[in-house]
Amino acid sequence: MLGLIATGFLASAIAPMLYKRYRENFGWIAVLFPLYMFFGFLSRYPEIAAGNSVRESLPWVPSLGINFSFLLDGLSLTFALIISLVGAAVFLFSGAYMKGYRDAGRFYLYIGVFMTSMLGLVLADNMLLLFVFWELTSFSSYLLIGFNHHKESSRKSALQALLVTGGGGLALLAGILLLGSVTGTYEISSFYDMNRIITSSALYPAIVVLLLLGAFTKSAQFPFHFWLPNAMEAPTPVSAYLHSATMVKAGIYLIARLNHEIGGTPLWQDTVLITGAVTMLFTATLAFRQTDLKKLLAYSTLSVLGTLVMLLGIGSELAIKAFFIYLIAHSLYKGTLFLVAGTIDHETGTRDVGKLAGLRKAMPVTAAAAALASFSMMGVIPLIGFIGKETVYKAILELDRWGLPLIGAAVLANACVVMVTLLVGFRPFLGKAKETPKQAHEAPLKMLLGPSLLAVLGLLIGLFPDFFISAMLEQSARNILSEELSLKIVLWHGFNLVLILSFVTLLLGGLFYALRPVVLRYSFFSSLPALFKPSSWYESALKGMLSFAKLQTLILQNGYLRNYTIVIVLAALIPASFALYRAAEEVSIIPDYSITFYEAALGLIIIISTGLLITSTSRLKSIVSLGVMGFSIGIIFVIYGAPDVALTTFAIETLNVILFVLVLQKLPKFLKLSRSSNRIRDAVIASGIGVFMTLVVLFATSFNISTELKEYFAAASLPEGKGLNVVNVILVDFRALDTLGEITVLTIAAIGVLAMLKTATGRKAQP
Amino acid sequence: MNSVILATASRYLLTLILIFSVFMLLRGHNEPGGGFVGGLVAAAAFALYFIANGLDAARSILRIEPLRAAVLGLLLSLLSTLPSLVSGKPFMTALWIDTGIEAIGKVGTPLLFDVGVYFLVLGITLTIIFALAEEECRV
Repeated sequence: MLGLIATGFLASAIAPMLYKRYRENFGWIAVLFPLYMFFGFLSRYPEIAAGNSVRESLPWVPSLGINFSFLLDGLSLTFALIISLVGAAVFLFSGAYMKGYRDAGRFYLYIGVFMTSMLGLVLADNMLLLFVFWELTSFSSYLLIGFNHHKESSRKSALQALLVTGGGGLALLAGILLLGSVTGTYEISSFYDMNRIITSSALYPAIVVLLLLGAFTKSAQFPFHFWLPNAMEAPTPVSAYLHSATMVKAGIYLIARLNHEIGGTPLWQDTVLITGAVTMLFTATLAFRQTDLKKLLAYSTLSVLGTLVMLLGIGSELAIKAFFIYLIAHSLYKGTLFLVAGTIDHETGTRDVGKLAGLRKAMPVTAAAAALASFSMMGVIPLIGFIGKETVYKAILELDRWGLPLIGAAVLANACVVMVTLLVGFRPFLGKAKETPKQAHEAPLKMLLGPSLLAVLGLLIGLFPDFFISAMLEQSARNILSEELSLKIVLWHGFNLVLILSFVTLLLGGLFYALRPVVLRYSFFSSLPALFKPSSWYESALKGMLSFAKLQTLILQNGYLRNYTIVIVLAALIPASFALYRAAEEVSIIPDYSITFYEAALGLIIIISTGLLITSTSRLKSIVSLGVMGFSIGIIFVIYGAPDVALTTFAIETLNVILFVLVLQKLPKFLKLSRSSNRIRDAVIASGIGVFMTLVVLFATSFNISTELKEYFAAASLPEGKGLNVVNVILVDFRALDTLGEITVLTIAAIGVLAMLKTATGRKAQP
Repeated sequence: MNSVILATASRYLLTLILIFSVFMLLRGHNEPGGGFVGGLVAAAAFALYFIANGLDAARSILRIEPLRAAVLGLLLSLLSTLPSLVSGKPFMTALWIDTGIEAIGKVGTPLLFDVGVYFLVLGITLTIIFALAEEECRV
């Protein structure tokens, strides 16, 4: 499986080049890749269905417990099949849809990286590896939402999605690390049986909260749902793939995957259940005021995501069964409808439901695919969506505690979904044809094949559920619940309460559809007060952060070198002198009055040159005094046996003089700019740091510092570092990593200096 | 600056100081010196040449854009970490050629690392000096 992932990234990398060569026909080539994956996974189906699982592992950073370990079991196979199948439809569709875009080659790179990362995410058996793929999907989603980067709204939505899911990703990482510290391993299959250890740990509440934060942001659960509708800025294939069928289900996958290991407690189950239920109902009602095809679909997606999370929260056998059927059903019909919305947009030039009607004549195949998918989405017999909804209702009705309010919420939410379906799946095709920006005609084969395939598959699975998915679902459910289930999935359950509820849902949906124009006249529904909109919380948090950054930049980095110096010196001086003060009690400084002639002379020279420096009235004089000071300090190094440091000091002082000569003529006339009050302040700070450094040196010599390091380096220098110069051996061998970091910083600083000098004069930097 | 003596001398001095800087670099392993000081000394040599002969002459005798030299140095230092990675040892473990080479002394990845530092320091110093000098010319 590692090979598969590596191939995926490699193929994505060469996709732009291939695109340049084949252009028109690239869709047909691109589709081979997800198809290959799909059939690869399909070939494992019998093995997995028989109850086996495949595990591969290759060490990556074994000392930290990070391995390339992958696990193919029922749960990951279900997701992998969805990802590669919808991927195939989307890739082919993009071949035609992206034709008009500039940089379409790059699009294939991003979406290929996404698909590979998403597969990696569901296959990963190592939590940290899962996290890497998790972040990769967030990142590729960012690039894809912002694909039309010349539009400001695109960039804004992309950033919003990245900040929300990336923030959740950080929480997830923290949760993973805590989990690892409790279990002592990051391999998911290793802590499969550790439920008792994990749930009884003191860190358990923190683990649950952090992991769920990650899952809820990724899967757009309330109150983080707002990024998903905004993500509709992306090209439609992206919305169909990432923001409906796959990426937004990553959080749900995580909850499902970890349910057995850390679930089962009221904290976990109730949090998941309530969040899911709130999302399901709240986002469904928001769909009322949408007119854009894609936004309508986005809100119904949110509602479905909420339903899926809620089902995991219920966690009964029936709920898990409902979860899987609903998951598959949703991926199939929502993928189709999103692609249909893309087709309509592409062929007519608008996505406004108010402007679309009567397209069935011009686009018969699209209309048929849309109708099939819509019936599935509404839950009409005999499609898979029907089985899905029936099972969901049954699972809810089974509950004692929350049963009644939940079934009400589910019926209401599903009725809203039915309304959305009527708006998206039927209204554009029925009635009298309207004038559209572009003359509508049937889409090319590439755009028809994918949606039609997904829609027909929804019908087939609905008719023969047992044949298609039963065996896989049994295994998947076992990964979540650890019990052997025998899932018989049948289309027809007979006349019972659940069937009545299904009818009620359809009727209510129709009613909502009819009432929608009336309801929308009241402004209450068209705009929620800001307090109730999580998106406005996001906006104000972002704004607050920016203005705080501005404020602190204004204070700390105002562009005056002297202020920088003050800030740096004070920031070091204040806490350090506090520490020094506390340590002072234990130290007795033994004065040592023995002083040589050289030391006295050097001290005198330094003092005189300092005096000259601060009183000088010409620039040349101050530079010379500075040089005298530098060289005197260098000589001190020589006297105390640090020739390396002395050598460097001399070289730097020499170059300093050259630098000063170069800028000297450019500088304005030497003036005393600071007021005397400022000079007093500067004098106090400068003396402060001087006194402080003196004290530190005195303290350091009076302490009995362990000489272990010194002795180690001195002894190891020749045998291990093969050099006599201990300082240099430390620099280039023992602590070479530090040096590497430092020289990297130096290079960056030089580039900064160059940029500053060049841009300050408005000239272009030379290469 | 128009000094015939300095201009003539600087040509010989450049060679001499550069040799000295390489000497500094190589002897650093056993005695005071090393890539950092060596790089500074080499930069000083080119700075002297620039003061005597002007910026264009200095640039042309350096042949390589100073910033490029710095990045090249950084790459050399990074390159010196590769052998340890390839041979599966902990990152940045020093590896030595057993025999060593006459006149250079012991040869191993730390020496390559130090050579990288040498070029980096040379490049950065000259980047800044040349950039400032260009400002100078413009005024």
